[in-house]
Amino acid sequence: MIDLQLKKRLTGAGGDIFLQIDCQMQSGEIVGIYGPSGAGKSSILRMLAGLMVPDQGFIQVGEEVWLDTSKGINLRPQHRNIGMVFQEYSLFPNMTVLQNLEFAMEKGADRKLTKEMLEIIGMRELADQRPQLLSGGQKQRVALARAMLRQPKLLLLDEPLSALDREMRKNLQQYILQFHRDFHLSTLIVSHDAAEITRMSERLWVLENGSFVYDGESNLYFT
Amino acid sequence: MLETAPFYLTVKLAFLTTIILFVLGVPLGYWLAFSRFRVKFMVEALVSLPLVLPPTVLGFYLLLAFSPENALGKFLDTYFDLRLVFTFPGLVVASVIYSLPFMVQPLKSGFTSIPKAWLDAAYTMGKSRRVTLRKVLLPNMKNAMLTGGVLTFAHTVGEFGVILMVGGNIPNETRVISVAIYNEVEAMNYGVANTYSLILVGFSFLVLMVTYFINHQKNSLLTYD
Repeated sequence: MIDLQLKKRLTGAGGDIFLQIDCQMQSGEIVGIYGPSGAGKSSILRMLAGLMVPDQGFIQVGEEVWLDTSKGINLRPQHRNIGMVFQEYSLFPNMTVLQNLEFAMEKGADRKLTKEMLEIIGMRELADQRPQLLSGGQKQRVALARAMLRQPKLLLLDEPLSALDREMRKNLQQYILQFHRDFHLSTLIVSHDAAEITRMSERLWVLENGSFVYDGESNLYFT
Repeated sequence: MLETAPFYLTVKLAFLTTIILFVLGVPLGYWLAFSRFRVKFMVEALVSLPLVLPPTVLGFYLLLAFSPENALGKFLDTYFDLRLVFTFPGLVVASVIYSLPFMVQPLKSGFTSIPKAWLDAAYTMGKSRRVTLRKVLLPNMKNAMLTGGVLTFAHTVGEFGVILMVGGNIPNETRVISVAIYNEVEAMNYGVANTYSLILVGFSFLVLMVTYFINHQKNSLLTYD
């Protein structure tokens, strides 16, 4: 179970909004966060990852408390067991595909896993390429694989598909769902694409002006 | 008579200054690029001060500070047996201060040019700031490092005012090439001054040409595109 209570004043292009959410998700669930841009969707993921600090908040994942502002607890991103994929491609150009994957591993971890991961995403032949030479879809596949290598409890996907064309999207959606199932993850996916989010997630949180206005089944919201 | 010592001193000074400024410039540039410290602008102004000050002003105050008559100079003299006025180590310290902006500014722009998502990705993969700096940031800003290094080196080679103030004109100790030229002109040895000067012009041109050549080439030396 993941318990999430966050309060934060966000300054955006359209003025300040006050983000205030209080929600829970079961482990193993895949939840979509949907809403207009600037509503604070990405900020929620960033606060979960520890990349942004809320004004007030509490985050508990399983037995672990990651954040409790009332007690001054705030785990650094490095100590939160998460995998995150960003909208912008975030592969490192100074490393090959394989080196990008190996970078994610803990020191002394089994290197066999990176090879297996390359097999899973079907990119064994491209292991020694630099990421700049890959297509957008291939880049995001590597980024997804890289996020998985640390065997996270929680997978955070911040509009990971929005820069891709339709074919690539479908292909990547399959990988995400497969990883979610095979690695027993809890997954949060942010998107502003209604069709995509219905396909990906059973449960939906709709964010408007900083608070959730809907929490329920995805397909019911859009019909 | 043409001597080799001024050349040797100049290259040694420029080389040491560049190395020291790399060590200082990386953390300082990093801090200037990423810190949200409220009075950062004050530090930025301080770092850039040598750009606008006449070298003689800087040299004058360094001379006062290094003097064994005064607190800092006395402290260094008593506890470290270090004399910074009219000595080569003094020139190194003065050059480091004088060339600081030439190293820090390019490095700061280098850090700023790295996409924020790369840092976020590395942190969520459990990598510390230090590892991220070494494995992700620095390898992707070789351009900035080359620019900072070359500018610092060339600027130190071209120093005159600060050196004359802090180091004076002592053969084999502080008489670098720019001071040697001044010395020869004072003694009306225009021929020797001309030879020194021509060598300096040739050297400076060559260094800048090579730098711009490497920078213009989109080659694997600097970028990964």
